Amino acid sequence: MSVLVYVEQVDGKFKKSVFEAVSYAKAIADIQGSSLTAISIGNVGEAELKELGKYGASKVLNVANDQLKNFVNQAYASVIAEAAKKENAAVVVLSNSFSGKGLAPRIAVKLEAGLVDGAVELPKLDGGQFLVKKTAFSGKAFAITELTSAVKVIALNPNAFGVKEAAVEATVEAYSPEIKSTDFSAIVKEIVRATNKVSLPDAELVVSAGRGLKAPENWGMIEELANLLGAATACSKPVSDADWRPHSEHVGQTGIAISPNLYIAIGISGAIQHLAGVSSSKVIVVINIDPEAPFFKVADYGIVGDAFVVVPKLIEALKAHKG
Amino acid sequence: MKILVCISNVPDTTTKITFTNDNTQFNTSGVSFIVNPYDEIALSRAIELCAGGKGTVTVINVGESVTEPTIRKALAIGADDAVRINADPRDAYFTAYQIAEYAKTTDYDMILCGRESIDYNGSQVAAMVGEFLDIPSISIIKKLDYDGTTATIEREIEGGKEVVSVSGKFIASCAEGTAVATIPNMRGIMSARSKPLQVVEAKEIAQISKVQQFDTPPPRGAVKLVPAEETEKLIGLLHTEAKVI
Repeated sequence: MSVLVYVEQVDGKFKKSVFEAVSYAKAIADIQGSSLTAISIGNVGEAELKELGKYGASKVLNVANDQLKNFVNQAYASVIAEAAKKENAAVVVLSNSFSGKGLAPRIAVKLEAGLVDGAVELPKLDGGQFLVKKTAFSGKAFAITELTSAVKVIALNPNAFGVKEAAVEATVEAYSPEIKSTDFSAIVKEIVRATNKVSLPDAELVVSAGRGLKAPENWGMIEELANLLGAATACSKPVSDADWRPHSEHVGQTGIAISPNLYIAIGISGAIQHLAGVSSSKVIVVINIDPEAPFFKVADYGIVGDAFVVVPKLIEALKAHKG
Repeated sequence: MKILVCISNVPDTTTKITFTNDNTQFNTSGVSFIVNPYDEIALSRAIELCAGGKGTVTVINVGESVTEPTIRKALAIGADDAVRINADPRDAYFTAYQIAEYAKTTDYDMILCGRESIDYNGSQVAAMVGEFLDIPSISIIKKLDYDGTTATIEREIEGGKEVVSVSGKFIASCAEGTAVATIPNMRGIMSARSKPLQVVEAKEIAQISKVQQFDTPPPRGAVKLVPAEETEKLIGLLHTEAKVI
C-alpha cells in the first residue's frame, strides 16, 4: 500500500503548491504507515525531481515523453491512474489547481474512487472512517465528507496545508505506461503564460480593488503595491463585468475562490458574493472610504479613508520598510 | 447540432447558509433555488451556438421533482427541451454517472456545464462524465467557438490560458467569459411552460462518498482600525503582529 502524489510541472519546474501537495501526501502516508511515491509527467530534470525527497517522496516515477511534454488532460489522467495501480496506492493526492480539477475526477472514475476536491485539512481516520474536510457553499461552510471506496482521491486547496520538510532520499525511476491514442483527441494549440505575474489561485498575498477605484486607469497604484509585496492582483465582479480588469482576476462566488495568507481589499464594499470567495483568507485588510462598508465586519485590519490617499502612503511606507 | 447542458439546482447566491439536525443537513427553509450561475453561462453559450436554427439545446438535471421550477427557468432562458433524471444527486460521481448513461441513449455533439456548482463547489461532474463516456473533457473554459465539426476552446491555466482544439464529441465546463448569462424575457417564460420536460429514472450504483457533517468557519475577531493619517502603521502590524509580510 502507498500514497501517490501527482507533481505538476511548469516548464520543467515545480511550484510551491506542488511541494505543499507532497507535504500533505507525506502526512497521509505517515498516518497510514505507508510510503509516498510522486509521479511527474513531462521533461523534468533529475535535480528538480530529487527535490521532492525534501518533502518526503521516497520514490519518484518520471514519465519523460515528448508526447506528454505539455498537459494533455486525458492522457495525464490515464498515466496517473496506471501509476496508482502499479504502486498499489490507497490514496492519490493532487493540487486543486486548474489542471488538478480536470484530472482528479477522471482519475477517480478510472479507479472507482471517491473524490474530495478542495480539501483543507488532513483526513481524519476515525474508527475505520476516512473523513476529509472541504470547502462548501463558496467558503461559507465546510463539508466533512466520508469516502468509502477502496481507493481515495484528494485534491488539496492551495495554501491550506503549507509546505513541510520531511527529508528522505528520493529514488527516481523511469516510467512509461501504454497510453491509448484516443487520449490525445483534444489537441493543445497554444499556451500563453504571463511569466512576470504572480498567479492568483495559489498566491500567498493578494491585492484586490473594486469600484472605489473609479476607473481602470487608476490601477497603476494597485499594481505597484502588488509588485512591492510580491502579490497577485485581483478585483471584484463589477470591475471585471465592466472590463476594467480581466475575468481571470475576479474573485468571489462566481469568480474564483482564494485563500491567501493576506488579502488586501481596496475600494470593495464586501457584498456577500465577494466575501464568499475570499473569507478563507488568513488575514484580511480592508481599505474603504465608507466606515459602514460590510467588509469591515470580516476584516482583521481596516483603514477608513480615501484609497487615493491611503494607497500611495502605503506604498511609501512599504518602500521604507523594505529599506 | 445538438448540445446537452447539465444544470444544477443551487441556493441563491445571497443565501445565508445554516444547517439542521446537528449540522448534518443544509437548512433549505426560506431558501430560494436558482440555476447554478456557471451552468447559466454554459446554457447561454449553447443557446448562442444553436441560434438561427443551427441546433437544439437540451438541459439535463439530476434531481427530484422539487428542481422542476429551476428546470423551467432554464427553458425560459431558451433551452428547447429538458430531461430530469429522477434522483437525489447525492454526489458528483452518482450525478455524472446518470448524465453519462443518459447521454449514451441520445445523439449529441457536445455537453456543456458550469465550472463548478456553488453549493458543494465540486468541479467534478464534467470530467467524470468525460471519463464515463471516454470523450475529452476540458475544464474551466473561457471561450468556445464551434464550426460544426471542430471546437476551439480557451481554457484557464495558472497565470495564463491554453487554446485546445477538439473534433468530435466532448464535454466542457464553462467559466465567466464563455458567455454572458441571458435573462429570460416574458415570451421565454410563457413558452417554457409548454416545452417538453421528460422524466427518466436513475440507475443505481454503489455509493462511495457521503457528507457526514457540515461546519461553519469560526467568526473573526473585531477589526483593528488604523487611522488613515497613520497608514504606515499598518505595514508594521502586518509584519510584526500578523506576520504575513
